[in-house]
Amino acid sequence: MPFGNTHNKMKMNYSAEQEFPDLSQHNNHMAKVLTPEMYAQLRDKETPSGFTLDDVIQTGVDNPGHPFIMTVGCVAGDEETYEVFRDLMDPIIEDRHGGYKPDDKHKTDLDPENLQGGDDLDPNYVLSSRVRTGRSIRGFCLPPHCSRGERRAIEDLSIQSLDALDGDLKGRYYALKNMTEEEQQQLIDDHFLFDKPVSPLLLASGMARDWPDGRGIWHNDNKTFLVWVNEEDHLRVISMQKGGNMREVFTRFCTGLTKIESLFKERSHEFMWNEHLGYVLTCPSNLGTGLRAGVHVKLPNLSKHELFGEVLKRLRLQKRGTGGVDTAAVGGVFDISNADRLGFSEVELVQMVVDGVNLLVDMEKRLEAGDAVDDLMPEQK
Amino acid sequence: MAKNCHNDYKMKFSSDDEYPDLSQHNNHMAKVLTKDIYAKLRGKSTPSGFTLDDIIQTGVDNPGHPFIMTVGCVAGDEESYEVFKDLLDPVISDRHNGYGPSDKHKTDLNFENLKGGDDLDPNYVLSSRVRTGRSIKGFTLPPHNSRGERRGIEKLSIEALATLEGEFKGKYYPLNGMTDAEQEQLIADHFLFDKPVSPLLTCAGMARDWPDARGIWHNDNKTFLVWVNEEDHLRVISMQKGGNMKEVFRRFCVGLQKIEEIFKKHNHGFMWNEHLGYILTCPSNLGTGLRGGVHVKLPKLSTHPKFEEILTRLRLQKRGTGGVDTASVGGVFDISNADRLGSSEVYQVQLVVDGVKLMVEMEKKLEKGESIDGMVPAQK
Repeated sequence: MPFGNTHNKMKMNYSAEQEFPDLSQHNNHMAKVLTPEMYAQLRDKETPSGFTLDDVIQTGVDNPGHPFIMTVGCVAGDEETYEVFRDLMDPIIEDRHGGYKPDDKHKTDLDPENLQGGDDLDPNYVLSSRVRTGRSIRGFCLPPHCSRGERRAIEDLSIQSLDALDGDLKGRYYALKNMTEEEQQQLIDDHFLFDKPVSPLLLASGMARDWPDGRGIWHNDNKTFLVWVNEEDHLRVISMQKGGNMREVFTRFCTGLTKIESLFKERSHEFMWNEHLGYVLTCPSNLGTGLRAGVHVKLPNLSKHELFGEVLKRLRLQKRGTGGVDTAAVGGVFDISNADRLGFSEVELVQMVVDGVNLLVDMEKRLEAGDAVDDLMPEQK
Repeated sequence: MAKNCHNDYKMKFSSDDEYPDLSQHNNHMAKVLTKDIYAKLRGKSTPSGFTLDDIIQTGVDNPGHPFIMTVGCVAGDEESYEVFKDLLDPVISDRHNGYGPSDKHKTDLNFENLKGGDDLDPNYVLSSRVRTGRSIKGFTLPPHNSRGERRGIEKLSIEALATLEGEFKGKYYPLNGMTDAEQEQLIADHFLFDKPVSPLLTCAGMARDWPDARGIWHNDNKTFLVWVNEEDHLRVISMQKGGNMKEVFRRFCVGLQKIEEIFKKHNHGFMWNEHLGYILTCPSNLGTGLRGGVHVKLPKLSTHPKFEEILTRLRLQKRGTGGVDTASVGGVFDISNADRLGSSEVYQVQLVVDGVKLMVEMEKKLEKGESIDGMVPAQK
């Protein structure tokens, strides 16, 4: 990004008030938290790699927000951002992650044996199951800030590590910049291809620089395990398949992730993780597990029920359209996934999805039969 | 000078590891930037902290247009053109007809030196307009400046423009805080500029903090207009309907000079030097930064096989009436000077005046079914 810390020092010639952004039209987490006093206190700081307060908040200044979606409005440029700028990040994290405190500990649990059930979500209703997360590689700056050299090194490391996977996970890497037309079409058909970000939320933070250099997609031959390299995070890891066997999806997810982690360690690189924030990712909303586990499920009756929103809330689930975040549902089919990321383990979150979706399908069947669902209303989890 | 530690951090990687992939690229920067130049310049930064990667980011992110040769780099401050001259001098030479690193640029804003120009036929010439840009010394440029700097520029501009009188008396409309009615009026007058959508500009960081400290000033007569903090610190525009380019240019020169005096009094003159003339964000606008043009009806001439050749010889370029990269509508073209650096303001406007006059004569001949072969000019 154009600021750099030398420019940051030059900006000190202006008062904090002169530099403080106009947030009067804004509705995002950063704007709610960033006071002029906090700005004054943090503005001369920088991380060892030169990420500054203005770099952290630029996306939130440039994107006032959405009337219905509460965006985060800030990003991390490296692992140290969450420490150096904790006076800003801690309240945002608390606001976004259900009251998570600065001294809370986050539990990581990637043992699929700890999941109960989940192999028999009714495939007449549950069309597909998917689990995704992100990982950052310690020692490199994050996508808003990394240089081409860093990004390419991340890509090289990733290709080396992923190439060593075998069995069910054996697969292949497709670099975005020299994909053939056929490969591109196939990846589109498989719903695997990611494209240059168009969302101003991402563009304003500098994540699309040098596109498509260093970016690519790896997937296994079975097309059930997928890794995105250098998109919004260093790695995005996705396990998916048709039908309702979330247990199998999660098992593959955990096995694959754990293998990848050890392959990186063999090459002297580990994932960014600490016991307070769990896995460290670019967007504060993805801290902790970075995990979104979800299904595409047919709920035409339940979704029209007046209690639908309340049920989801109590189950700690959220709905999206089948095009992903901020899309509409089509044909009564919804994307239902965990709402939380931080403060719960991976197993706990997937358990919530498994148990919650089972209940939602039961409710749907009740409504189909013309029966009431009131007695099925869950407690707040 | 303080350490630029993100740039230092990148130096851990070899030059080859950091060198951009320009294999799909077709812009001036990509044509010039070799691995050797990259290796030589990547450890440098200007006093305000602008680095080589900052300069070229827009050109890396935007490979180019098959028909338009984009520049692919920007300046972040006045010193960019000095610190990174090994890159920018060849880009400038390529873009500005072989302009050399030791060439001198002439500034001439004396409108009296323009000959004629008050009688372009209004049956053909619908409107006349002259625009340029100005950068204010002591501030970094739009790709790089902070909110504090941008607000400082706005404040100075408002003060300066508020002192203008007579034909130049006018009002400032900040983008942030415009009423709906004001906005409608500015759109109807074709004055309003909006947040850049072109990735050429957004990738260079020019749209940061929008719309903070951006605004439009215009005189009561609606013939003189200043944009504050868009692609340059200031864009100055003089315009009116009809073919009296002389009057448009007079107002342009007088207004510009008045504004410059006021900025000088505040110890913030315009960025200028005898080699590059007026310093602006994009290397394509160095020198005069001037585009003088008309909207002119040339339905017959524009379909003549020699139209392009005539424009080239007259050192003019055509655009659609929506501006750069738009199509012409109803045979009406935007015709303006092609050059910016290496010739003066008077010279460039003279080319437009003389050239448009000739083309209108040609149009009239073609209307009568006569040939124009004898009228095709020599290369200027």
